[in-house]
Amino acid sequence: MQDGTPENSTVKDANDLEYVGKAWQVTYKDVKHAEQRASQAISETIALIHADDTREITLVISGEAGQGLQTIAHILARMFMNGGLHVLAVSEFMSRIRGGSNSVTLRAAHRSVRALNEHIDLCVLLDKKALQRLRGRCAADTILIGDPAIFVDEMGMFPLPLKELSANIGGAMYNNSLVCGYITRLIGWELSHLEIALTRIFTDCDLLAKNCAAARVGWEYGVDNSGRCSIPPCEAKPGSILLDGSQAVALGAVAGGCTFISSYPMSPSTEVLTHLAKLAHAHGIIVEQAEDEISAINMGLGSWYAGGRAMVSTSGGGFDLMAEGLSLCGAIESPMVIHLAQRPGPGTGLPTRTEQADLEIARYSGHGEFPRAILAPGSPEEAFTCTAHAFTMADLSQSPVIILTDQYLLDTLYDLDPFELPDTAPGSRIIATTEDYRRYAPGPDGISPRGIPGLGVGRVCVDSDEHDDEGCITEDFDVRISMVDKRLSKLRLLREDLALPPRLYGPAYFKILIVGWGSTAAVVAEALEQLQPVATSFLHCIQIYPVSKAISDHLHRAKQIIVIENNATGQFARLLKAETGCAVSREWHKYNGLAFSVDEVVELLRQEVEL
Amino acid sequence: MSENSYLRTGCDVAWCPGCGNFGILKIVNETLQEMELDPRQTVVVSGIGQAAKTPQYLNLHFFNGLHGRALPAATAIKATNRNLTVIAESGDGDMYGEGGNHFTHCIRRNPDLTNIVHNNMVYGLTKGQASPTSPHGLVTPLQVDGVILEPFNPIAVAIALDASFVARAYVGHADQTRAILKAAIRHRGYALVDILQPCVTFNKLNTYRWFEEHTTPLAADHDHTDKIQAFARACENDPLRLGIFYQNEKPVFEDQLAAYLDDSRPLFERRVDLNKLAETVRVMG
Ligand SMILES: Cc1ncc(C[n+]2csc(CCOP(=O)(O)OP(=O)(O)O)c2C)c(N)n1
Ligand code: SF4
Ligand SMILES: [Mg+2]
Repeated sequence: MQDGTPENSTVKDANDLEYVGKAWQVTYKDVKHAEQRASQAISETIALIHADDTREITLVISGEAGQGLQTIAHILARMFMNGGLHVLAVSEFMSRIRGGSNSVTLRAAHRSVRALNEHIDLCVLLDKKALQRLRGRCAADTILIGDPAIFVDEMGMFPLPLKELSANIGGAMYNNSLVCGYITRLIGWELSHLEIALTRIFTDCDLLAKNCAAARVGWEYGVDNSGRCSIPPCEAKPGSILLDGSQAVALGAVAGGCTFISSYPMSPSTEVLTHLAKLAHAHGIIVEQAEDEISAINMGLGSWYAGGRAMVSTSGGGFDLMAEGLSLCGAIESPMVIHLAQRPGPGTGLPTRTEQADLEIARYSGHGEFPRAILAPGSPEEAFTCTAHAFTMADLSQSPVIILTDQYLLDTLYDLDPFELPDTAPGSRIIATTEDYRRYAPGPDGISPRGIPGLGVGRVCVDSDEHDDEGCITEDFDVRISMVDKRLSKLRLLREDLALPPRLYGPAYFKILIVGWGSTAAVVAEALEQLQPVATSFLHCIQIYPVSKAISDHLHRAKQIIVIENNATGQFARLLKAETGCAVSREWHKYNGLAFSVDEVVELLRQEVEL
Repeated sequence: MSENSYLRTGCDVAWCPGCGNFGILKIVNETLQEMELDPRQTVVVSGIGQAAKTPQYLNLHFFNGLHGRALPAATAIKATNRNLTVIAESGDGDMYGEGGNHFTHCIRRNPDLTNIVHNNMVYGLTKGQASPTSPHGLVTPLQVDGVILEPFNPIAVAIALDASFVARAYVGHADQTRAILKAAIRHRGYALVDILQPCVTFNKLNTYRWFEEHTTPLAADHDHTDKIQAFARACENDPLRLGIFYQNEKPVFEDQLAAYLDDSRPLFERRVDLNKLAETVRVMG
């Protein structure tokens, strides 16, 4: 795994369960050792580099829901990747199945691109409303493309008479491939680049042939503007893959040994459930659509109790319903992995937009006091690693671990190197129980060896009422105190041994420290790369709770702290102040439902940071 | 107490003297003894309430979770390890009120578990408020003018949802209740056993005497494979019928899961195949 996480060291022999039982203490020490080493490395420092090859292109395709923008994005992203470019495809869409006005932005470049900027080079408008919404992002050199049948009086637009052209080849359903063909010509690429991408998207032979024909029509129509907005292809990197954040979370779950997921659909969390459903056969995972989120989390807890490795995927409203289950998780000391995909609230909010405003419910929801961890990945690689690691963290700390993502990260497509997989398959730290087994027997760091029913001869009793070490209900005041203390003492493991370190971008000696979490990482990193302000670094926090010593150390070394987050009130800033005592001098917020762009952060840096 | 008792010794039982819960505990213990169920492979799952304390007094594995949420946990426990015998046991408020959504969907799911509901027609633990099964007009500290809502009929609802096993018993008839419980545990699929039970402290209407007078067994020739007949009997409110109303063999939830199609092992014995995962990443990307 990345970041020196202790993933590998937690694994036991897959089938030798007797061994697992006897070796509890020994292997536990081994694990601790490895984990201590991992947490000693404060964090990885990443130098900001100016890439030599700055050639890039940003193109936007805009239209109504149901016009297949996602398909165009997938086709073009794959074509760019196959053509040796790095690519990012960001979708913004309305909460409706038809109509409205949506867009996808593709940014392709010769160097790695992980964030969006505002400027558009090529803009394809499939409907009229789109132009008003996008005008602010278009400059004099932006090439606008539209059907003259729709844009009757629009001057200076490249005409692409879609209606007319597609009439001969089967109608509007081939518009997407036609548009892709036209774009391919404009950027000066051969049709074969596009055809390879189409082959991957359309598996049905007949459909493929028709789409290739449509692509050719578009490509040929673009003959006069061939290469008008060119970016040359180069040698493709073998093995590159194209995934979105949801897929990364789902694959991370499999890598973490997930065997059970129960959830209730809610944007933008649903895709993780859908992807795992597709993998259920191949990887032997139980996937169940629960009747509600309350059921989902209680199923998850039942599965862990019986030896499963369970996860739930939800969004703010569903997570609210899970609050009591989260508290039960704390009470019975069950491991649990919760994927919380943020969208703007309150209430139903903006169902298909992005925000980072659920940090505080992740941190505080659930009555009573019990430990938990919150991981906020900032890239698909981190989404994969965090999700896999969440299973280890949850299992070893017998606590809930929340993976906090957002719509932007989940729905964005990225080109990637294949994920680094663990060396050994992870498994649960469970023991074969003996006759005198006590589920809540005292142990190091508050951890009691975890038994499951049906493995060994002891009784495994868990109770949401306050209980003694055997799991029996008690109202003994001294037992109460010792049980509270036992549960809370597990927090040390999460804060230290199992903690994922933050990443520092920029010089190790800084005066100004910009602090962010989750999906803001790439945007801030790129803005800093552009401006290279003096003595300014960026700390990307991946584990946002409990706040690790590494984060606290960095904060204490800064003269000035700026916290950037995609919400209105500065939830992470508040948490950092409470946990570290450091003063935050400025906060950068955005809460219109969209993620920060590189240009916006560049502008903030120009205004507020000495360059 | 006999040799192979499933009762836990030395615990401080929290029920009022004379409570119907004692009778149910005794019947459950005797049934398990007669069936010689392996205690190491048997899990009792409950919610919160007086009835839900039952697992505390049994010498079995238990998962005593949240009020109303026993069925989701029980479903997952069974699905995670199919070798376990799973019993979900709670009160009428817990199963039909707070957990009503889970009750209906658990029936649709049909996991192989036995759902015992201690039906005292009142909320015991919270001191006597109306439960979903409280009779119309019952006066309580909260329903001061008597219950206005129509009582929930779990038997009729379960049959309407085509539950695979539906029975009603009365704690005062120990022999019949044991026989029903045994059939329910043996039955493969979701089995509802609603056991009528007096709450001597808070329900002064539905007493032992009331249940004696207002219950009667299903006719000897009742055909429990006939859904329409079962539904008709379920709709009779006075007297309330006792016995197995409906039984209907059908595939159970966990056996149909993709995870068990090529691999019968319980989940705890499995490890992710990393080569396969590498291939999955490649194909997906
Ligand atoms: C979420 C939640 N709401 C309310 C309660 C309080 N509560 C505990 S038991 C109970 C009702 C118990 O009635 P029933 O399920 O019929 O069990 P009985 O005590 O009658 O056996 C209630 C309302 C709770 N524990 N949790
Ligand atoms: S309150 Fe009622 S149900 Fe509860 S123990 Fe007492 S008699 Fe039994
Ligand atoms: Mg009751």
